[in-house]
Parts: sequence; structure tokens; C-alpha cells
Amino acid sequence: MIHQFDTVIVGSGGAGLYAALEASERSKTAVLSKLYPIRSHTGAAQGGISAALGNVEEDKAEWHAFDTVKGGDYLVDQAAAKILTEEAIQAVYDLENRGLPFNRTPEGKIDQRRFGGHTRNFGEGPVRRACYAADRTGHMILQTLYQQCIKNEVAFFDEFQVVDLIMTDTTCNGVVAVELATGELHLFAAKAVLFATGGFGRMFKITSNAYANTGDGPAVCARKGIPLMDMEFFQFHPTGIMGLGILISEAVRGEGGILRNRDGHRFMEDYSPTLLDLAPRDIVARSMLTEVRAGKGIRGDRKIDDYLHLDATHLGKETLTTKLPDISSFCQTYLGIDPADSPIPVLPTAHYAMGGIPTDVHGRVICDGQGTIVNGLYAAGECACVSVHGANRLGTNSLLDLVVFGRRAGIHIGDYVKQIDMPQVSAADAADAQSWMARLTDGSPGPHGGRISEEMQTLMMEKVGIYRTASEMAAAVDALQALRERYQTVRVQDSGKQFNTDLLEVIELGNLLDLSLITAASALNRQESRGAHSREDFPERDDDRWLKHTLAQLAGDIVRLSDKPVDTSIWEPKPRTY
Amino acid sequence: MKIVLKVERFNPESDAAPYYQSYEVDAEPNERLLDALMHVKRFLDGSLGFRKSCAHGVCGSDAMRINGKDGLACKTLIKDVAQEDGDTITVQPLRYLPVQRDLIVDQDAFFKKYRSIKPYLINTTPVDQGERRQSQAERGKFDDTTNCILCASCYSACPVLGENAAFLGPAAIAQAYRFIADTRDEGFADRLPVLDAPDGVWPCQNHFKCTQSCPRSILITKRINQVKRMIEKQRDAGDTPSD
Ligand SMILES: Cc1cc2nc3c(=O)[nH]c(=O)nc-3n(C[C@H](O)[C@H](O)[C@H](O)COP(=O)(O)OP(=O)(O)OC[C@H]3O[C@@H](n4cnc5c(N)ncnc54)[C@H](O)[C@@H]3O)c2cc1C
Ligand code: SF4
Ligand code: FES
Repeated sequence: MIHQFDTVIVGSGGAGLYAALEASERSKTAVLSKLYPIRSHTGAAQGGISAALGNVEEDKAEWHAFDTVKGGDYLVDQAAAKILTEEAIQAVYDLENRGLPFNRTPEGKIDQRRFGGHTRNFGEGPVRRACYAADRTGHMILQTLYQQCIKNEVAFFDEFQVVDLIMTDTTCNGVVAVELATGELHLFAAKAVLFATGGFGRMFKITSNAYANTGDGPAVCARKGIPLMDMEFFQFHPTGIMGLGILISEAVRGEGGILRNRDGHRFMEDYSPTLLDLAPRDIVARSMLTEVRAGKGIRGDRKIDDYLHLDATHLGKETLTTKLPDISSFCQTYLGIDPADSPIPVLPTAHYAMGGIPTDVHGRVICDGQGTIVNGLYAAGECACVSVHGANRLGTNSLLDLVVFGRRAGIHIGDYVKQIDMPQVSAADAADAQSWMARLTDGSPGPHGGRISEEMQTLMMEKVGIYRTASEMAAAVDALQALRERYQTVRVQDSGKQFNTDLLEVIELGNLLDLSLITAASALNRQESRGAHSREDFPERDDDRWLKHTLAQLAGDIVRLSDKPVDTSIWEPKPRTY
Repeated sequence: MKIVLKVERFNPESDAAPYYQSYEVDAEPNERLLDALMHVKRFLDGSLGFRKSCAHGVCGSDAMRINGKDGLACKTLIKDVAQEDGDTITVQPLRYLPVQRDLIVDQDAFFKKYRSIKPYLINTTPVDQGERRQSQAERGKFDDTTNCILCASCYSACPVLGENAAFLGPAAIAQAYRFIADTRDEGFADRLPVLDAPDGVWPCQNHFKCTQSCPRSILITKRINQVKRMIEKQRDAGDTPSD
């Protein structure tokens, strides 16, 4: 079946929905999502969305921009960070006006709390910048935006999974999608396509990410020859529930929670004397691993899965129930403990992709180091790389990224589609997708994807995790190439058409394998330590050689690497201490 | 421990009627039921159909009937539903919604009812100074209802829906309350025709099954009763109530 829309938005998390609100007012728009919109992983975001409102203490967008740049270890494009932090203020007011129930100050204003790496006056000390709705800020953003889309009668195609892009040279003409309910392939001709498909933490064994976070957008782009940017930078969040990876928001530390080792020592005093437990995530995660390796974990056996304690027992029941209710409930459900009485066993968990599809500040996809635009193709949200997060994202800056750049992309698309004609697509444009789906379901004997998925996740966790070395990453690249070969023999067990989730999951596995390979190859290439990328064989940041973005292009079973300059037009890179 | 997962299966493409299939699975008492289902899907039977995403009770994808009670597979631990080696856990799709594949149900009717109550802030007064003010106490009045993840557990748990398929249902009413109890909202009158209809709030008979099933601890029955009282109060007064 062939559909025609001016604008097709792929994904209905915060980024996709915000873009949809803007684009649908200006053009005939369809939103395609493999999940029901309100099931998107934006709904899992807990701690807050940052904006220098100054509701509880003095704050400035400029300080916020500086923190973002320094937090990203100077790999942030600075003009983009300026836009992010300046537009933050109106973006948060806008969410409030649309109905978002923020927690309030005694004067009835939006309340704000502390978060890692957010400081007053260029690093003097923590500042209260994160606007929040208890510990379900993402849930409220997702609900509010979805509610607004209902109000505006946005056209949704729920449970449609996009599997391919339709391109001619450097112009995007639409997408190919599978309708889950019927198994039918649909072609969507569109003047503009926006990818807002979210993160891909499912590359790793221990992650805070949903099953659906498989990086479909970036993987589809990569297979069309579009290079992905800064894929070596993957954030491990310091506090995941031991063994499960379920996130315990940084808001716990923002409200005063403390990380302790087996001696009860607040070890962040030794690593970050000014910001302590509220240092940026890369620093805290590394400090935790260093403690574990020194035998200071709670078990003390120096094993990689030893853990530490997040102590919130002194915060009091009142704070826990009004500001961190979901966290308390996760602890009760999954650990059988009450954080008011016992410390929470935590360990870093794979959390956020700083890298992704390269875009400019209007969400337009860029396909080389010179900034060449792919006509009609846009990306926003976690799958995109603007880059406002550089080598390490600050907490609360992602939700902000979604609303600021989702909105900007939606507006730009609205204007762009007025200038061009509807592209022609035909059934032949689905031929590629059809042929590999036919292979996966041809009924011939072959392994199921389960083992490959397990091996990939373990490999990425162990060899491309928090600390990295050349030999391990090289081994990972080899092993991933072998897994991709084995993937060619995988066959789907489910022979049905309707809701063949088996087939869709095997396709997602293929996406994760491609992104894992690109991540490992990009990481091996970068011979320095910066932000979340820390190499034991190159422990220092090396601005002379590496103050540049990585562009990684997938070409068969190899990854071609090139680079793109970083915009450092406002602040000179400096050593990063907290 | 070893458990038996007894799953109600049905593929409308090929099956004349639903049937049960049992899988033997090794599971830790502290694992989630969803982990056991994923184990089946990955290593025993790729054709088993169910929805899932977040795996920690915040997205609403995997509501199902577990040993006859509605809830989320990812928020149910094995030890909550199986005590000894060899115990059987029975898993069925939610009730009152057509089965599309095994544990996957068609949620269209559920979402249609949700949309019918106009689940968005209605306020046409322009905002001066950036934000609308609201006290923490005012916000507290509807706080629990903002937790809803639209999982439809309450819908399946409701005995009234078994007799009257047209009943608006617990989630939609609780979401109507979420807005009309919000001091910033002005849409009570707009929602009234749907709420104050024969199949609106009135069929609720206070069974409390919805409240017991809700994985987000929403005081659904209480909220339904509050909406009933608001409607009555408004009828008495002949104008829009203040809370
Ligand atoms: C547990 C957790 C807590 C977090 N807390 C915070 C926080 O407090 N503050 C903060 O700023 N950030 C936080 N983050 C990060 C932030 O929430 C995410 O980066 C952000 O929500 C991603 O939003 P998105 O719109 O890009 O994607 P998502 O919300 O993940 O949505 C992706 C969408 O794409 C769709 N999709 C994917 N693939 C396809 C396909 N092939 N075809 C069709 N549709 C597809 C999905 O259905 C979904 O609708 C948190 C992240 C996690 C995991
Ligand atoms: S009210 Fe509770 S049970 Fe009902 S849909 Fe919402 S979260 Fe689910
Ligand atoms: S998988 Fe999200 S609620 Fe269970």
C-alpha cells in the first residue's frame, strides 16, 4: 500500500511528538511509531528537564550553556548549546502552559532541583536548574505532548515499524514500514522524513533502556551510507539497580543522596572535591569502577559486577514520597527494600547515546564533514547528534534536547515541504526490504537470534564499556563482524503474518549489530580519553589530535572513519576539573 | 527454580479457538515474569506473542491476566505468583478487548474511550508571565491520577464492563478527574456530556477491582466517586463547581 504525506515522523517519544505538533500545523503529517505513542521510552525519564528559570536561585542561560560544553568535554558544538539553553526557558513554560503538572515552590512556581554538572557562575557550585514533576518528568512530558496531539488531531499510525528509507542520491523520498497488526509492507511517500527513534542501549547487557531501544533510525541511515557521528560516546549512568540496570535517577543525589563504598566512605570526596556526588556522570561512573577495582565495592571481590551503595536514608520519608516516589516503588518492587531504611545497591548502567545521526540546528541530516545536507531528511532526539551533548551529556539536557530540537525540526519541515513537489515512489522501492524479510522467513533451518543477541550484549559490556583498551576493542570489532556473519543465517521461527514480533525483533537485532560495530570501530579509532570515552592506553584528552567529531560510515563489513570540525566559537577548551 | 508457564494462545489467522500451551522455564524467585516470557520467546518459542518495552512498570505495554489477576508482567516477580518448584503460572490476555495474537489485545476501544473525555488541558485564558501558578496542595489533589500509564489493567479487572461493554471504564474517568481537578483547567462543561451519560460515570458500582489492579496505585474508585459528586453538585448549583 502506498501513502502520501508532506511529512512523515518516525517515532513518537518527546522528540517525535513535539515535531509532530509543529509540523502538523503546517503540513499534512503522519506519525509512525512501532510502539503506541505513550509507551515510548521518554516516559521512563525520571529526574527533570533543565532550564535557567531562576525560580529558586539566580541562574543564567549562559551558565547553563557553559556547563553543557564543559560537561561534554568540549566536544559540544557551542552555538547549538547556546540555542539549547536559551530556548530552554520558553520550552519549559510552554510545557507548563500545555498542562504539564510540575512540582511547585511555596509561591506556586515551577520548582527546581540540583543535578550533576549544573553549576552557578561557571562552576562555583551546584545550582537548582532541573524542573521536575516528582521522579516522572519524562512520563509527564510524554503524556502532555500526546494529549496535545489528540487535541490537534494529529494522524498516527500506531504499531508501524519502519525498516527502510527511500532515497535517490542525496534526497529522501519516504520510508518503508511494516504494519504489525497485519504484517503488510506500507510505502510512505513524503517530502520530508524525520527520524525520532530514540536510543540504542540494548547493545549492552546492563541497560536502563527499553526493549524497543534498538536504534532503528540510525541503523537504517547507516545502511543508506549516511555516516553516524560520535558513536564512541555512550553514557553509563552511575546508578542502575544492581543486576537489573533499572535506573535510579540522579535526582536522588540532587536531593542529597550520597554514594558510599564498603567502608561507608563518601568516595566522591576523593575524585571531585567541589561537586562531590553531583559531578558529571562519566566521572562518577569511572570513580565507582575505580573503587570496585580497588576492592572497595560492597562485596570487595574486585569483580566487574561488584556494587556500591547509594544512601538516601537521611533524606526523610517526606522527600522520598513527594519528590522520589517512583524510585521508592522500584526499590520496593525489585529489591524488597525501602530507601528510607536501607541504602540502594547500585552499579553503572548503559544509558544514553551521545552519538547518532548528524544534524544541523534545524534537524537537517548532514552526510559529510563539510555539512552537506540530505534533502528532506531530518533527525531529532536521542537518535540525532546536533551535537549538544558532546562526549558526555549532562542529566536533564536530553529531555530539553527533545523539546527544543524536536520543535525546531517540526517548524523547519513545515516551511521546507511547501517548496517542493511530492516525490514519486513505487512498489519497487520496497524491494530491498521485501527480499531480506523473505530470507528471514523462508522457513529454511537456521539459528534463532537469541544467542547472537546475548553474545553481542556481553561483548559490548565487557569490551566497549566504561574503561577501554585497543586490544579489547579490536577483539570486539572482530567478534562483531563474526556475529554479523552469523546473523545472515538466522531464521524467524514464527510463520504467521499478524503481529509477527519474532520477525520484528530479528530485524531490530540486525540494527543493533550494525550500531555495535560502528560504536566499537569508532571507539578503537579515537586514541584519547574524553568524556564517556576513557581509554586506559590513552588516559589523557588530546585536543591537538582529537578535538573533532568522528564520522563513521558503514561499508559492508567495514567502517570508514573521517571527521568533522567542532564549533568552539565561544569558549576555549580548558582542562576539565570539578 | 523450575516453573511452568501456562499461556493462553490464540492466533486468529490460523486457530479456531484459544488453547493453552505450557513451557517449563528455569527462573529465579526475584526475576520478573516478563524475564521468563522473554526466555520463552528467545530460546524456546519465537512465535509467542506479547507486548513489552520498558521492563520496569512505566510504559504500560505488558498488562495481562496473571493467575486470574490483572497486572504488569514486568512488575510481577516470580516469587509473587509461584512458591515452589514445579508451580504453574497461568497467563492470559486482558479481558473485554479482542485478542490479536496470544497475549496481544486490540486496545482501540480502550483508547477511544480515553480520547472521548478530552484528555488535555482546556484553558483559553492567555497566560501572563511565563507560567500559570499552582500551589503544591492544589497539585496534590490530582497527583495520583497523573501516574496513569494507560495499561488497561483496570479495564480488564472491572466487572461492570463484563455486563456493559459501552461503559466508559475506570481509566478514562480517572483521567477526566485528572483534568477537572486541576486548578488550571476550564473544561468541566466540555467533558460533561460524556461523563454524565448513561454509560459515563454512573454504571460504576464500587467494586474496587480497578483500584486493586492498578500497578500505579491510583485511587481510581475514589476518583470516580468524586466525579459523580462533582456532577451532582453542579446539577444542584446549576453552574460549574470550583474543585
Ligand atoms: C530510565 C531513563 C531515565 C531518564 N531520565 C532522564 C531525565 O530525567 N532527564 C533527561 O533529560 N533525560 C533523561 N533520560 C534520557 C531521555 O529520556 C531520552 O534520551 C529521551 O526520552 C529519548 O527521547 P526520544 O524522543 O528521542 O525517543 P523515545 O522516547 O525513545 O522514542 C522513540 C520512538 O521511536 C519509535 N520507533 C523506534 N524505532 C522505530 C521504527 N523502526 N519504526 C517506527 N517507530 C520507531 C518508538 O516507538 C518511540 O515512539 C532518561 C533515559 C532513561 C532510559
Ligand atoms: S488507571 Fe492504573 S490500571 Fe488503569 S490504565 Fe491507568 S495505570 Fe493502568
Ligand atoms: S514493559 Fe513497560 S510496563 Fe511492563
